Amino acid sequence: MKALVWHGKEDIRCDTVTDPEIQDPRDAIIKVTSCAICGSDLHLFHNYIPGMLPGDIMGHETMGEVVEVGSGVDRKLKKGDRVVVPFTIICGECDQCKRGNFSVCETTNRKRHLADKAFGHTTAGLFGYTHLTGGYPGGQAEYLRVPFADATHIKVPDGIPDEKLLFLSDIFPTGWQAAAQCDIEPTDTVAIWGCGPVGQMAIRSAILLGANQVIAIDCLPERLSMAEAGGATTINFENESVLERLEELTDGRGPEKCIDCVGMESHVMASLPDTLLDRAKQMVMVESDRPHVLREMIYVCRPGGIISVPGVYSGFSDMLPMGAFMNKGLQMRTGQTHVNRWTDDLLRRIEEGEIDPSFVITHTVPLSQGPEMYQVFRDKRDSCVKVVLKP
Amino acid sequence: MFHFSNIVRTKGDPKIVEGGPSLKRPEDQLARALGWFSIGLGVVEFFAPRRVTETLGMEGHETLVRTFGVREILAGIMTLSVEKNAGLWARVGGDGLDAAALLSGLTADNPKKGNIALALLMVGGIAMLDYRAAQDTKPQRPPRDARRKLYPNRSGYPKGIESARTAAKQIAANATAGRT
Ligand SMILES: [Zn+2]
Ligand SMILES: [Zn+2]
Repeated sequence: MKALVWHGKEDIRCDTVTDPEIQDPRDAIIKVTSCAICGSDLHLFHNYIPGMLPGDIMGHETMGEVVEVGSGVDRKLKKGDRVVVPFTIICGECDQCKRGNFSVCETTNRKRHLADKAFGHTTAGLFGYTHLTGGYPGGQAEYLRVPFADATHIKVPDGIPDEKLLFLSDIFPTGWQAAAQCDIEPTDTVAIWGCGPVGQMAIRSAILLGANQVIAIDCLPERLSMAEAGGATTINFENESVLERLEELTDGRGPEKCIDCVGMESHVMASLPDTLLDRAKQMVMVESDRPHVLREMIYVCRPGGIISVPGVYSGFSDMLPMGAFMNKGLQMRTGQTHVNRWTDDLLRRIEEGEIDPSFVITHTVPLSQGPEMYQVFRDKRDSCVKVVLKP
Repeated sequence: MFHFSNIVRTKGDPKIVEGGPSLKRPEDQLARALGWFSIGLGVVEFFAPRRVTETLGMEGHETLVRTFGVREILAGIMTLSVEKNAGLWARVGGDGLDAAALLSGLTADNPKKGNIALALLMVGGIAMLDYRAAQDTKPQRPPRDARRKLYPNRSGYPKGIESARTAAKQIAANATAGRT
């Protein structure tokens, strides 16, 4: 089959690889009908997250049709079922899965000794996302083996196009969880840093969860226009001061809830010296992440507020203002997404026409053009926001 | 066909049968080579500055050579990173500093001025490569004033944003009512 394979920094190729096989009775094989490139795939494209090996298949936003099931899948999934594959692999049986903490499932990381070392305790296995999280082949391919398939799936009905459902795999529940863990009150202002695909989903989620005001921060006009369409007031940080505008829009109180949809690769700008220093330290590997957004959020957030971090961080961040964080009594809530905790509700909202996540798609191309699209997406060429690949 | 990366595959995972084309361009390879060259030269300058000054008849300038070594290493790391273009321009600037330092040693009484001339020639050649690579690896990000498509109609709410807001308020009101 064809698959997008990681070969090194900025080197992803569309290779021919052997088809996946059932390795375990709980496996299923999916024929992929649609998959997408995620912002967090760019961290791998840039080789900022350790643990990728040449030959790894990329992709963790995938849906398709079940073509083969192992003997242990029971009747939970059968040939012909249409499924979206959540990016977190879950067993459904461990203590964490039972609590709904799916992204920290204790069973599914097959290379847990690496994660135990790096993070202290293992987290769930992820598709196409480094050997720290299992080194599972990803779904930017024609076929995908889904381990623990009896639990790791979202069944979706026929008659709704792929484009509306595909993002149940990651960015829609990720944006939703980011907003949900803010415990939004009807009087709250929610400020969202980054208007990439997850930021766009977080904006709509905050509106649907009843925020009084949603403010979105980015520097790309096309993304800001999309944020505005979703109901956000926008701040272009290249033209205006984020701090001043946020003060203005909240009568000097600061936003009650802040969401970081940017993560470790914060924009580097000469006018923000901390971003230059972070980038320099990152290059010589004394700091792995560039946490400018975290610093800014802690500074502007209203005391007693909540900081929600769906953006991906990989290792160590310097100079976080813990003094402000502690004295202001802030809370930070973060984590990879517990996809299956949210998807029943979100699927219902899609079916009822409350939301249609396909608004975010700007490019749909054949899988073989994937390598080019990584560059287009990274460079934000052609007003690209979200790329869908068709195997 | 043999693919090195298949060795580390977990048993049963897909293996590469036939590699697809890489989007790496010759200028990317050149940048990579220059990056490693920069680090190599920097290490020599940093750890063996005496060898360098002796060869050039410029004894006494070891500290300067050491500093240049650090500069070379940093520029090399940058050239191997995602910001290779900035790294290459840093190298072009560094080549200028190298040439200036060498010229200052090119005095009539320096017995090793032949070596200096040779070194200058080398710096010139490398500078040309650096410049070409820097030109060819310009970031392809669209310029800030480029015309962009805007997406003012992509609300994502099939029933409209007002309906989304009202529904949310309704739910919130119900929740508050339930609490009190
Ligand atoms: Zn993702
Ligand atoms: Zn589990």
